[in-house]
Amino acid sequence: MRADIKIKVCMGPGGIAKGGADVIEAIKKEINSTGKKAMIEKRCSLHQVGCLGFCAKDVLVEVIINGNKTTYEHIKPDMIPRIVKEHLVEGKPVTEWAVGEEYRNFHKKQIKVVLSHCGEIDPEDINAYIAAGGYEAAKKALTSMSPEKVVEVVNASKLRGRGGAGFPTGLKWELSLKIKSEVKYIICNGDEGDPGAFMDRSVMEGDPHSIIEGMIICAKATMSQHGFIYVRAEYPLAVKRLQLAIDQCYEAGLLGKNILGTGCNFDLKIFQGAGAFVCGEATALMRSIEGKRGMPTPKLWRSAVKGLWDKPTVLNNVETFANVPQIILKGADWFRNLGTERSGGTKVFALTGKVKNAGLIEVPLGISLREIIYDIGGGIEGDRKFKAVQTGGPSGGCIPAGFLDIEVDYEPLALAGSIMGSGGMIVLDETDCMVNTAKFFLEFTQAESCGKCTPCRIGTKRLLEILERITSGKGKKGDIELLEELSEDIKATSLCGLGMTAPNPVLSTIKYFRNEYEAHIIDKKCPAAVCKDLIKYFILEKVCKGCGACKRVCPADAIRGIKKKPHRIDSNLCVKCGTCFYACKFKAIMKI
Amino acid sequence: MEKKLEKILKNYVKDECNIISTLQDVQEILGYIPEEAINFLSKKLDIPASRLFGIITFYSQFHLKPRGENIITICRGTACHVNGSERLINRLLIELEIPPGGDTTDDLRFTAEKVNCVGTCSMAPVVIINKRVHGEMTTDKLIKEIKILKGKR
Repeated sequence: MRADIKIKVCMGPGGIAKGGADVIEAIKKEINSTGKKAMIEKRCSLHQVGCLGFCAKDVLVEVIINGNKTTYEHIKPDMIPRIVKEHLVEGKPVTEWAVGEEYRNFHKKQIKVVLSHCGEIDPEDINAYIAAGGYEAAKKALTSMSPEKVVEVVNASKLRGRGGAGFPTGLKWELSLKIKSEVKYIICNGDEGDPGAFMDRSVMEGDPHSIIEGMIICAKATMSQHGFIYVRAEYPLAVKRLQLAIDQCYEAGLLGKNILGTGCNFDLKIFQGAGAFVCGEATALMRSIEGKRGMPTPKLWRSAVKGLWDKPTVLNNVETFANVPQIILKGADWFRNLGTERSGGTKVFALTGKVKNAGLIEVPLGISLREIIYDIGGGIEGDRKFKAVQTGGPSGGCIPAGFLDIEVDYEPLALAGSIMGSGGMIVLDETDCMVNTAKFFLEFTQAESCGKCTPCRIGTKRLLEILERITSGKGKKGDIELLEELSEDIKATSLCGLGMTAPNPVLSTIKYFRNEYEAHIIDKKCPAAVCKDLIKYFILEKVCKGCGACKRVCPADAIRGIKKKPHRIDSNLCVKCGTCFYACKFKAIMKI
Repeated sequence: MEKKLEKILKNYVKDECNIISTLQDVQEILGYIPEEAINFLSKKLDIPASRLFGIITFYSQFHLKPRGENIITICRGTACHVNGSERLINRLLIELEIPPGGDTTDDLRFTAEKVNCVGTCSMAPVVIINKRVHGEMTTDKLIKEIKILKGKR
């Protein structure tokens, strides 16, 4: 019997950026080259798939022969000929390029629900999705379930909003179902704006049909006929793949009038954002779809009552919708049992920062932060010391080492001074300055504040000014208390979630790392040697070999020295850009 | 230009909710949104120019001034930040001699801009040079790329 060969190339965000398209071309070329063509082409299929998860090892390529899977890591086009020759033709995997223990450990504690198709199927092919059991749940909901029954199942599953706030999804749908209105809307929030987050991007690009299916089921549950997917402008590939998926659904009769002959109608459109973080907020997003400046409006009603164009609107996050088909198919009990008592299911995180195994992960709720960072993430890069983990982006906080054993769930994370957020998880180590981190987030929220309400517009600006003062060595006694007081006021009086959560990075870093603030203010020192105005670069004369690498890269011409003799940095000219620090191969440049 | 704008308008129903999409198309074709385009659209769509201006200035995707031939975008996501993106920006501005507060060189050859996060955090810090994503960027590599672009004409 002839072997059946499947080749899957990761074309998620990481795979594409590292040249996945070139790898695909190289495979095609190699297979088509004479001689091998007759041998392999007819029994070999090549698939581009969504994110395989372990982005730090991209481009990942899976070769499956008769069900035996070999995963290759760090693949470049010039490695393809050998893989084709030895593995595809001769049947012997190239073991030295295959993934090792690390890859297996990365996947060991993960449970894939939302990402179950990601990296398995071609996201641009509806048939691949259907072959993997896709649209079965939609069929089941449309043909054999009443709206009330769908709501009941989703309620029982304890699915909570994956955008970060954790509002029970079933409850939201129930609210909308109860309201009588000719027109109702469903919106999928794909405006993933948190810096350091790429979960929704991976799902939209890797498994767009699961989102559409979730929305069809929601349409049935809430008796809505119109839907929008709001996608961030920075994700052009997500827009392309979702549009393709929507077109395929219309063709297959899964969208439009009289879906699958059940009499249900549902139209779905993509709305492309234009680059505004605040549009991730529900009311701002709706104003943006209405063609206005995306500014939040006071929430006098829940959106399920009065939302888009004042009609009942259900707004859920990408990941929330992607969970729904599996809940309908496998049952509420199955889903609930994956998670904790309060929240069912799994959560996708983008694990990045100073962690060894950066990538996209999906874990059951209730897992500990330690398991995520050390078991899945493989610990800290360069085995440095862990300092904190930042969750929830600019709305979240930094969680220190003392809390590493708490459960990952909405309430425990809130108690630790952060939030679950949409799923960005950035690991910080001892070389990161916490005051600088707080300043970084404030720079972000201050720039993204829409300017409508005063506490947010002026308050975040003042917070940022104080932080700038501290990091530049001009901090005054009483600044920490001022930051705390101002933060509480901004939280209490802002109009929308952006302002209400913007001070969180400041408050949580003061709470756990007050000594770092004090070091900046009193000693005028940055303990992690990050803040530019508080550090000095110099060359260790004993270590310097006089190679001149630093001198060549210095943009300010601040490094002097003759070849093969120790060089020196003129601190009057030095702009502290740090270029030389990284250019020196002998670690002769120090910063304090 | 008016012909181009007419063509874009033909694709849309005259409805307020299509303003943002229309402006995105205008920018795609013209590279930025010139004042004349705002006035033209305002007349055709019966929407005050001030409202269009309000929308354009609200969203960071829209630009009112022409942009450089080469666009260098530095990601300012959290993962990129902790991996040194600030250093890249500072060095890039020095290299391109862009004055503080500006983003484009006087000869319109380069635009340096920041983006909040492009979602490829696993290879931070990330720089996008003319739409191509470069991961694990260093100041050295960045300057080399810029020198290559400077050499091209």
